[in-house]
Amino acid sequence: MLRIDCPCCGPRDHDEFRYGGDASVIRPAHDDADFEAWYRYVFVRENPAGAHREHWQHVLGCRQWLIVERDTRNHSIASVALARKSPPRKQSR
Amino acid sequence: MRRYSALSILRNGLAGHRHWQRAWRAPEPKRSYDVIIVGGGGHGLATAFYLAENHGIRNVAVIEKGYVGGGNVGRNTTVIRSNYLLDGNTQFYEFSMKLWEGLTHALNFNVMFSQRGQVVTAHSADQLDFFSHRANVMRLNGIDADILSRDDVRRLVPYLDYSDTARFPIHGAILQGRAGTARHDAVAWGYARAADGHGVDIIQNCEVTGFLRDGEKIVGVETARGPIAAGKVGLAVAGHTSVLGHKAGLELPIESHVLQAFVTEPLKPMVDHVVAYGADHFYVSQSDKGGLVFGGNLDGYNSYAQRGNLGVVREVAEAAIALMPCISRVRLLRHWGGVMDMTPDASPIICPTPIDGLYLNGGWCYGGFKATPASGWCFAHTIATGKPHPLNAAYSLDRFRTGRTLDEAGVGPFAWLQ
Repeated sequence: MLRIDCPCCGPRDHDEFRYGGDASVIRPAHDDADFEAWYRYVFVRENPAGAHREHWQHVLGCRQWLIVERDTRNHSIASVALARKSPPRKQSR
Repeated sequence: MRRYSALSILRNGLAGHRHWQRAWRAPEPKRSYDVIIVGGGGHGLATAFYLAENHGIRNVAVIEKGYVGGGNVGRNTTVIRSNYLLDGNTQFYEFSMKLWEGLTHALNFNVMFSQRGQVVTAHSADQLDFFSHRANVMRLNGIDADILSRDDVRRLVPYLDYSDTARFPIHGAILQGRAGTARHDAVAWGYARAADGHGVDIIQNCEVTGFLRDGEKIVGVETARGPIAAGKVGLAVAGHTSVLGHKAGLELPIESHVLQAFVTEPLKPMVDHVVAYGADHFYVSQSDKGGLVFGGNLDGYNSYAQRGNLGVVREVAEAAIALMPCISRVRLLRHWGGVMDMTPDASPIICPTPIDGLYLNGGWCYGGFKATPASGWCFAHTIATGKPHPLNAAYSLDRFRTGRTLDEAGVGPFAWLQ
């Protein structure tokens, strides 16, 4: 099993997570009319044999989207971070 | 190459089996070839064989990082079928099926092709309608297909769960009688031996590390044993297409994923067909040694590790027991993983590339074994003539750019969901 150290929930089995693919792929702006940019966003993948930044969602936990850096040759995980840039909203009382 | 025959077995048997010729040579690489095929798997060896057999191009080398039969050609579940729905796939896989039917004789090597038939169970009226649609498409293309009722299925494969408590009751099935299995190692060895017999050099334990260029054109490969020049270079390295593609400067719509397969302890003959579960991803056949050979879904995240995870072992076992409760006490003998090139539409790529001198065969997802003969045939044609064969015209690299994808599963461009 992969064990993903969720920033919210601690180390959890990867079966609790949903895979979201290559995190280095950035969606073009909605008003971007460049065909090539959209083609690359939808289809082209780096697919490295080595360090890979990828999205995982902790669907059976905190439901946060995470960015995990994992080696695709041996599954060792170098880092786990929240995918969103802004800090989580404070809970209302 | 000395031909194998009943007489040769008798003669060598009487001589104590001391005089068998080795099946293929272990030549030193020459300094240049007309064509170099990178990858000595089933597809690469088949390509080399058909280059010589169909096109008379015999100054060919197959360069393999490991050993012949050590990659995916020796790691699959050996199912052969041609029950595809979409134009482009339907005709290609049926052509492959026809080549399988004559392969043992064409190669003078027994690939143990067993047309035991494949049954895919349907679990609702809607699913059986969809299977009928598929069967009609197949029949219109001259491919055998039969729709079975629940009673027909029960007569044919009585060991499935027909009880009132079945999680997904069996409603019917689609049967392709000509589908079956083959001995995967024999396919690799047979193509290697037959290609070698035509003068192809098979160079094992020699990794291709880069490409020789003359301007933009690719004119050979860098290998662990030095540079080798070539008029044309063909890549047949599915699983690692991205790794070599990047070295050549190709941008590819491919992700590498692991697919696991399983073998149980040997049982007495029980599963006489290939059986696939229509309600989940599970398929099973029984090997000649008696082990149940089965598989299921991808592990579901990018991976170049030839091993999988326990979560999928559990999922596949659950699907197996839901369909065949009678095997719940059978023990697994071993399980393993193979690395797949997953494309966004689960269909392969066989085409010339935008780089002069470089040809691509890859993106086989988890369906490469059954395609081996047709893939080699069409890739050889593509390399020899510079243009795709009509059968692989749909498998171009630019289909993703032009919107002509062949999305058989209909799940969209998510490699790990195919």
